[in-house]
Amino acid sequence: MSMPRLVLFVPLLIVVGLGAFLYQRLDDDPYARDSALLSRDFPTFTLSTLEDPDARVSESLLKGQVSLVNVWGEWCPTCKHEMPQLLDLADRGVRMIGVDYKDTRDKGRTFLEEFGDPFEINIFDPEGTLGFDLGVYGAPETFLVDAQGVIRYHHTGYIRPEDVREIILPTLERITAPAAGGSDGGSNGSSGSGSDGEEETT
Amino acid sequence: MSRLKHSLASVAVPLVQALVVLLFLSWLAAGKAQAAIEMHQFNNPVLQTRYDSLTAALRCPKCQNQAIGDSDSPIAGDMRQNVADLLNDGRSDSEIQNFMVDRFGEYVLYNPRLDGRTWLLWGGPAVLILLGLGGVALIVRARRRASVRALDPDEQARVSALLKAHGRPRNGKESS
Repeated sequence: MSMPRLVLFVPLLIVVGLGAFLYQRLDDDPYARDSALLSRDFPTFTLSTLEDPDARVSESLLKGQVSLVNVWGEWCPTCKHEMPQLLDLADRGVRMIGVDYKDTRDKGRTFLEEFGDPFEINIFDPEGTLGFDLGVYGAPETFLVDAQGVIRYHHTGYIRPEDVREIILPTLERITAPAAGGSDGGSNGSSGSGSDGEEETT
Repeated sequence: MSRLKHSLASVAVPLVQALVVLLFLSWLAAGKAQAAIEMHQFNNPVLQTRYDSLTAALRCPKCQNQAIGDSDSPIAGDMRQNVADLLNDGRSDSEIQNFMVDRFGEYVLYNPRLDGRTWLLWGGPAVLILLGLGGVALIVRARRRASVRALDPDEQARVSALLKAHGRPRNGKESS
């Protein structure tokens, strides 16, 4: 007789359990979600650069060394606040590639003059086609791409100063390490991979 | 009394006027919001129907809970344009959905697919119904068994004793 009585508490337990589960998810960032691009090749593209309308760059730009790709635009207020973190990363020798997303050349150039230019090169994506293939739904967004041109990390939104220390730099270290030990894609094969090559273009 | 009526009217009339203006303004705003969402128009009615259902079933990645056919955010506009282009290319609905999932993740599907992560979502209701039916079946069986069980000798003896003490039962007839 006592067993069936205890069974009556099962729904209560289920409700409490479900409540606890849902409550704990209440604090989740509704914009945070898995990127569909992780572990996939950087999408193919052929675009000009912000610096030179006649230049043509493609996904081969991302091969040979670890790169940080930052999608920005003059119209994006958060990108201005993010610039100090990007300049800091560039100072640390990270190879920075910009994607000027849905912008005009004039505005993009003015933006970099005003807020600093941490980028080795800026891919000019006025229609947002590359952004679309990257699954970008706002700016800023940041990708870490390994030396094989595979996307290893996708950051949607603002990079806080603490994100640089806690996420970006450790991830860069992690994806740089195996490439430095193993294959070396024909580039300068000196010791500190990532820290060299910073003087090439400024 | 008439003074009360008068003061009521003096409050009510401006209130109604304000409401009417508010309604009119919100109607204007709604019209404007609608106008901001640019929907592709097809000459082919079949493509139009597919476009309408696809843009209603794909979720805008930037918005909290809006279909791309329902949002004026720039990314929703880009996605609608891509849906239209792919439809004109002759791609199937599932190819178009895959195209979006490849870029923006499963998040964009309002009807998530059945896979390792979503089996609980799809199977949960069925499992709960089966559990409930099982519970009901158990209870019904337990009750039925309890009601048809024959009396054991002790119980039989008690019944006989009670019947003897209080006379014969009335056979369910109330009057006699």
